[in-house]
Amino acid sequence: MSEVLQDLVNRPYKHGFVTDIESDVAEKGLSEDTIRMISAKKDEPEWLLEFRLTSYRAWIKMEEPTWANVHYPKIDLQAISYYAAPKQKPKLESMDEVDPELLRTFEKLGVPLHERMALAGVAVDVIFDSVSVATTYKDKLAAVGIIFCSMSEAVKEHPELVQKYLGTVIPTNDNFFAALNSAVFTDGSFCFIPKGVKCPMELSTYFRINTEETGQFERTLIIAEDEATVSYLEGCTAPAFSSNQLHAAVVELVALDNADIKYSTVQNWYAGDKNGVGGVYNFVTKRGLAKGVNSRVSWTQVETGSAITWKYPSVVLLGDNSVGEFYSVAVTNHHQQADTGTKMIHLGKNTRSTIVSKGISAGRSSNSYRGLVRVGPKADNARNFSQCDSMLIGDKSGANTFPYINVRNNSAQVEHEASTSKIGEDQLFYFAQRGIDAEAAVSMIINGFCKEVFQQLPMEFAAEATQLLGLKLEGSVG
Amino acid sequence: MINKESKTILEVHGLHATVNGVEILKGLDLTVKSGEVHAIMGPNGSGKSTFAKVLAGHTAYEVTAGTAMFEGQNLFELAPEERARAGVFLAFQYPIEIPGVANSQFLRLTYNTMQAQRGNEELDPLEFDDYVRDKMKRLEMSPNFLDRSVNEGFSGGEKKRNEILQMALLEPRLGVLDETDSGLDIDALSVVAHGVNELANKDNAIVLVTHYQRLLNYIVPDFVHVVDNGRIIKTGGKELALELETRGYDWVGVEHQAANLATVTAGAA
Repeated sequence: MSEVLQDLVNRPYKHGFVTDIESDVAEKGLSEDTIRMISAKKDEPEWLLEFRLTSYRAWIKMEEPTWANVHYPKIDLQAISYYAAPKQKPKLESMDEVDPELLRTFEKLGVPLHERMALAGVAVDVIFDSVSVATTYKDKLAAVGIIFCSMSEAVKEHPELVQKYLGTVIPTNDNFFAALNSAVFTDGSFCFIPKGVKCPMELSTYFRINTEETGQFERTLIIAEDEATVSYLEGCTAPAFSSNQLHAAVVELVALDNADIKYSTVQNWYAGDKNGVGGVYNFVTKRGLAKGVNSRVSWTQVETGSAITWKYPSVVLLGDNSVGEFYSVAVTNHHQQADTGTKMIHLGKNTRSTIVSKGISAGRSSNSYRGLVRVGPKADNARNFSQCDSMLIGDKSGANTFPYINVRNNSAQVEHEASTSKIGEDQLFYFAQRGIDAEAAVSMIINGFCKEVFQQLPMEFAAEATQLLGLKLEGSVG
Repeated sequence: MINKESKTILEVHGLHATVNGVEILKGLDLTVKSGEVHAIMGPNGSGKSTFAKVLAGHTAYEVTAGTAMFEGQNLFELAPEERARAGVFLAFQYPIEIPGVANSQFLRLTYNTMQAQRGNEELDPLEFDDYVRDKMKRLEMSPNFLDRSVNEGFSGGEKKRNEILQMALLEPRLGVLDETDSGLDIDALSVVAHGVNELANKDNAIVLVTHYQRLLNYIVPDFVHVVDNGRIIKTGGKELALELETRGYDWVGVEHQAANLATVTAGAA
């Protein structure tokens, strides 16, 4: 190693980060040093540092993808600070200090008052102790052997499990954003359901993230051993106004023999204002490995937020008779852009996959479905059914469907259906003539349109998703 | 039915309206009182359906002159949904299909919207189910229409029954039926007409827009108006409809022109 390099590697972190009482914030920019610093700060084992460095080295050779049907100015990844902990939201003294727009939204969603306060960052320790709530659940889960904790905690408490599965579904060099995440992720969720255990409740990140923000490079890993089942809810339906420009999360799911993982997301990151200023770039890699025989991985997503969504929750159907599902509602309004869909990779015999995608575009937004169905040469009798429906509101929005089908086994059956519809003036007039205003009419039409997907959501979630959509499309008609 | 205590429900004066810049209504006058049934007849393109849509507030039509007072309110100052809530009901000539929205859900929302407007109790899904099934029975509609999407895949007759069902649920002060008889066979016509007759009472009023006389065999009008070229040119009793059936519409226009000419001539003299 040259002296210069040696120097670089061994250089003390004297410029690496500023410490003060409030928080640790790394200097902007990304280098091997930054990664070593993150790893050291988190007191990580050597293998994890190696994992990060391998990812970083793959990443610096990669180009940011440009194939998606989204347009945005290039993100300066050296202008981001990659470590900030503990990331505390400013504590506000009372609800009067909270952004009234945010309060109005909570009101409409019917979020209970104490939760509103917690979400808005008001000090609520006295009346709402989220820590103890989380602990209660944790004890109940631990009793049946389920591990549900933050990724950092899992690395400390269950390193063997993390090491065994991390990066096995999404390799560190999978794509530009996944590689970046693998290099710099700071936290996320870890969930392990041991053999034969049916998780007694819906697991949700909700309880865990009330007190701290998980950050922009979230890493989630869920493992269901043989015969295990779990339903996992990501995010909460209350709007998460994030100041972060870029979110590059990675979610990996592993389902062993006869295991069943259901993963539901309601994403409502800040979408920018109605002129398209601001908003989150959501570049997420999510993939499930249906590894065992008869295993099932099911994704349900309701994507309403973010200025740009680039997201393809996928399933690799490796085990014979395994099942992959993707149910999606993607709503875009104003200047939002979404390029989302799925990949179903059939490798095992008798594997089945279902894709139901509902895209709704309003305002000047653009909404694309992009999906791949691949049937490998050994995947005898694989079956896929895809249905992609688009709905346009107004005449300035756009919808596209990009289905890719790649079949290398003659016994495969692959079906694809697509439709485009429009909420017409005549439909709205019909509702109006029955006393129903445009907002309620659109909400009813949209909910009808999305019914098949909403049915997949856990019940409380479905009700909130319905309200969220109404809120989202408020003012998009008439 | 005409009676002494009846109040004026609708009063239209000198109504002019255009669609895509083309004038369709050219000075239409009409007064409708409670307890009355009016038939508006006329050849195709005379403007009778336009009149129905203008009353309901369809956005494709622009009112360029004239007034329409509905129970003391200026109708043209109200948005379409406000007119509906005030009690103006339009049974559509071509009811709109709304895929994905269950008929039961739609019917309950519109029913409850109107109940809320009138300060009445709203019904939950179970209560509403009982209520609507009873109404459907009277219209000889199968309950399975509740689970289907609004009007989607309904036959012409089924759509019209669904319109009358909504009218029965909403109990409007003014029911405007736009060519409700078109596309109905005799049996369906009798069922639909029976439904309308059940709804007509001394406090509300019904305006039937129709091309043919046959509907009027089932729903007997108090007044028959002939619309031609955007105006009412003749008004009579139910017997006028029969005369139109045998003689067609042309003679009314000729007679009207002759009368006009006479007026003009008299004025000049």
